Amino acid sequence: MPEMERVSLDDVRRVAELGNLELTAEEESRMRRDLNAILDYVAQLGELDTARVEPMAQVSEVLEGAAERLSVLRDDVPRPCLEREVVMAAAPETDGVFFKVPKVIER
Amino acid sequence: MSAETMNAGTMTAGSIEGIRSAIATGETTATAVTEIFQARIAGEDQRIHAFLSVDRDFALAQAARIDALAAKGEPLPKLAGVPFGIKDVLTLEGFTATAGSKILDGYRPPYTATAVKKLAESGAIFLGKLNCDEFAMGSSNENSAYGPVHNPHDLERVPGGSSGGSAAAVAAGMAVATLGTDTGGSIRQPASFCGVVGVLPTYGRVSRYGLIAFASSLDRIGPFAATVRDAATVLGVMAGHDVMDATSSPLPVPDYTAELDKFAEQGVKGMKLGVPAEYFAEGLDEEVRAAVEGGIEKLRAGGAEIRKISLPHTRYAIPTYYVIATAEASSNLARFDGVRYGLRAPQSDTLAAMYRRTRDLGFGAEVKRRILLGTYVLSHGYYDAYYKKAQQVRRLLTDDFLQAFREVDAIVTPTAPTAAFKIGEKSDDPVAMYLADIYTVTASLAGICGVSVPCGKTRAGLPIGMQILGRHFDEATMFRVGQAVERL
Repeated sequence: MPEMERVSLDDVRRVAELGNLELTAEEESRMRRDLNAILDYVAQLGELDTARVEPMAQVSEVLEGAAERLSVLRDDVPRPCLEREVVMAAAPETDGVFFKVPKVIER
Repeated sequence: MSAETMNAGTMTAGSIEGIRSAIATGETTATAVTEIFQARIAGEDQRIHAFLSVDRDFALAQAARIDALAAKGEPLPKLAGVPFGIKDVLTLEGFTATAGSKILDGYRPPYTATAVKKLAESGAIFLGKLNCDEFAMGSSNENSAYGPVHNPHDLERVPGGSSGGSAAAVAAGMAVATLGTDTGGSIRQPASFCGVVGVLPTYGRVSRYGLIAFASSLDRIGPFAATVRDAATVLGVMAGHDVMDATSSPLPVPDYTAELDKFAEQGVKGMKLGVPAEYFAEGLDEEVRAAVEGGIEKLRAGGAEIRKISLPHTRYAIPTYYVIATAEASSNLARFDGVRYGLRAPQSDTLAAMYRRTRDLGFGAEVKRRILLGTYVLSHGYYDAYYKKAQQVRRLLTDDFLQAFREVDAIVTPTAPTAAFKIGEKSDDPVAMYLADIYTVTASLAGICGVSVPCGKTRAGLPIGMQILGRHFDEATMFRVGQAVERL
């Protein structure tokens, strides 16, 4: 165990809430252990001075002639999409027109 | 040719062109070929568990259409009668697509992935959908909610992952070719573990439409086959621009097999091949090292100039990858919420409770771990320290390759630090498991192409793979080296 733990149990609970995950107490403590192990390993990125390095989000950024290759947006014209009934056939609960869900606001 | 001689000959050699021409000349039929492979699945797959679903009638109907063409003497498309399996993260209308997850148990997508559709239009036969780590997250296939795949070379060992079913199906002769996906090594590493060829195409070479997303800036679809030539044939069919994926490249697709023919005699003579010191450092198994170094010596004997190169940021690739991939995954997997498709937890009073319970029931431990990690690195106060930092290091890693490719035509390395490990050996230690991808995540981050080609076996008979990395959109050169490795 490192001297200062990066991720506390409270952090795990906060992140689980943000990620819409419900964890058991057992899962919470295992995830705390695993996240700390992984982030200890990730910490070595701190050895590199990246002050003057542009972040890279997409591969296309580094290709020669990237500008032309990025202009692949299609013409903005309406096209048919999937039929409603085909989509609704896969839904857990539907009235045929809308997806049905439990109530959104508690009163 | 009778079914029996096909069984022993053409098809075990993994020849797409052989099958097509045997059907065209009437030596066999697509139906007979399909039935042989269906019988193999029935015989072999109880031990291996590569397939999550098979549809006998679907495949036989596809085969009947090819046979009708052949009977009329019409020209047959490129993949006519060739039996394929498709990784279960890709959609194929009429089949379930579980992504190896309980949260998509029974889900039938209403559309077909572009890469899969292109295979169908070229006459491919779809035998079924293939097992994989849940949402393609894993290096051993042990994270499948439907049970692990067993390596055909040793059933107590993993096939690699995440495309373990795709690699094992080809290795066991249950399909001539398969599709897999590779985000950090998920095609190349299982190809290495199972002794088959596995291709990571350049980012943008193949449309991702219909791929259930894990990490969108890294995800790629690619083929597995028994030979470099067959893999090149399949890639040629799948590749190209698609209006449904704005990151797919409009660059023309070369005729990869014609390129291979052009260099059949010459091999690697006159090529400059780079060998990066960082890929032969601590942690590389001695038998793997010996096999790969032996392969490199033979490439030298074949006339290639072997140059020692350095890719200095290699050791930072795994931590960089696990920050970027999990950040993207935490966003992509937000869509699995029990509203539109897949599992919904029963009897929740509120929408928020339904989301949480559905995701708790539906996701396995590794997926939860990655969603938590990804959410953490993107969360307030940590974004710069982790996510932005990783994106900066991603550029440094990419620049390493761009620099190296100024002096070499391709780079050769081991595909994985070891041969296939035992089921259960690493499943309790995420960092140890992540290190199985140490030689593959670099190309994933840089967007370049790569292929794993078998280059020997351990004393225990486990396959060893050599990885060949090529420039962006230079698959042809990578295949040329791969074919030479095959002929060593």
